[in-house]
Amino acid sequence: MELRRSAAIVGIGELRPSRHPDGRPVLELLAEVTRLAIADAGLEKGDVDGLLVAPPLAEHSLMWPTVLAEYLRMHPTFAETVDLGGASACGMVWRAAAAIRAGLCRAAVCVTGDVLDPDSFYGPRGGRPARVPGREFESPFGPMGANSGYAMIAMRHMYEFGTTSRQLAKVAVDQRVNANANPDALFFDRPLTIEEVLASPLVCDPLHLYEIVMPCTGAAAVLVAAPEIARRGPHRPVWLLGAAEKLTHMSLAQAPSLTTSPIAYTAPRAFEMAGVTPQDIDLVSVYDCYTITVVVTLEDAGFCPKGRGGPFVEEHDLTYRGDLPLNTHGGQLSFGQAGLAGGMSHVTEAARQLQGRAGQRQVRNCELAFVNGNGGIMSEEVSLVLGAD
Amino acid sequence: MAQEYRKPLPQPTETSRPFWEGARRGELRLQRCRSCGEYVFYPRSLCPHCLSPELGWTTASGRGHVYTYTVVRRPAHPGFRDEVPYVLAIVELEEGPRLTTNIVGVAPEEVRIGMPVEAVFEPATEEITLVKFRPRKET
Repeated sequence: MELRRSAAIVGIGELRPSRHPDGRPVLELLAEVTRLAIADAGLEKGDVDGLLVAPPLAEHSLMWPTVLAEYLRMHPTFAETVDLGGASACGMVWRAAAAIRAGLCRAAVCVTGDVLDPDSFYGPRGGRPARVPGREFESPFGPMGANSGYAMIAMRHMYEFGTTSRQLAKVAVDQRVNANANPDALFFDRPLTIEEVLASPLVCDPLHLYEIVMPCTGAAAVLVAAPEIARRGPHRPVWLLGAAEKLTHMSLAQAPSLTTSPIAYTAPRAFEMAGVTPQDIDLVSVYDCYTITVVVTLEDAGFCPKGRGGPFVEEHDLTYRGDLPLNTHGGQLSFGQAGLAGGMSHVTEAARQLQGRAGQRQVRNCELAFVNGNGGIMSEEVSLVLGAD
Repeated sequence: MAQEYRKPLPQPTETSRPFWEGARRGELRLQRCRSCGEYVFYPRSLCPHCLSPELGWTTASGRGHVYTYTVVRRPAHPGFRDEVPYVLAIVELEEGPRLTTNIVGVAPEEVRIGMPVEAVFEPATEEITLVKFRPRKET
């Protein structure tokens, strides 16, 4: 089945991240961004026959697509819960395209959102935990969620390749410059310097507080539609040109490698499907739960050789004005991570840039974007290549 | 002791019970596949290399080296509140498998990747003894 140009992103719905939940159930946020995405695409609810939902962290339910469909009186002919952590958003986009290509639906909305803040994110969660190995062989030793996992990746990357904290801090600082041009970003009005990153408290060595994403509240959705619908829409269609997915581990101790991620598999395949190379890319919009995630992603996706990510981010201007615009919305580090909507923010930003709707931070002549979704501890990866007409 | 232990405790399954029984006796036990010969950790109901259900138990040397680590300075679980900063690590055993553990008996700032370590057995409750690691002299 050919996925290239099988479908396009034609609508975006996104709430501005907020530092704390306002008391609304997460379902209301999911419903709101669904409405916004349909309206942005110039479609009616009755035109939408596909619904993909990523499960929120803060509130648990079975059968989220059915819950949301019923709430909105939608009767989709294709529905899916996509549970790939931070990679869910990218995973939804290619699944929607595949369903459209297979004739299961013609217009599918992909929905993410959460009602989090740092207290609820790091605090206890309800429900009976599954008897999975991580609970038996990892939790007793005191991991700090994903923080300690990515810290151990960073420590190993420094050991193998000589990567420095100053190089990692550059990622956070360039992305902050981008956020300072994005009024919707959580840290829009707060500039940041490398010295401030390095002076922020160590949370899990070698990662400082300002290298770590901030849990917040928000939601985001995109509408993926068949070519004949996409060509009639009010915006430039954002075509899916390439996609690939790979999963390797849950616990970092089980990972085949700590410093080479499954992106080394997914990115080359996504580029090959699209018929382009990293050198052709105008915008890099990649998952950035931590600074080290960006460095490993750039290496594995082929923007620089393995181990050269540290010097590479120092040598390039990653801002929207720079030679390699990266996470122009500020990235999740500066925009905010509203649960799995954080991963969706890389998709919505790429779509906005390719449609020429990115305002002050618009990248000139933006035709081709590389988007990467990352879940777990670099456990599950989905790479996408998106292109405007 | 049991009533004072406030950190997450493993809940052994029938499959993993020999590991925890070994730990209580001061042995680091690994599964080994009778079919393909690979060592397996964590304990499983089938071999993740060849999917054979024929897994036996062996006692490992308890020696390995620090593959990576971090110093946790803010605990995610309240039970670790009085322990920060502590070292969370992945140790690569001589037999091959890697496991998540703590490095103890050394100041956090002295831990290094590649440091030779050996298993130490820390009782948490009557039933559960955790396998942690401390620096050893290279032999």
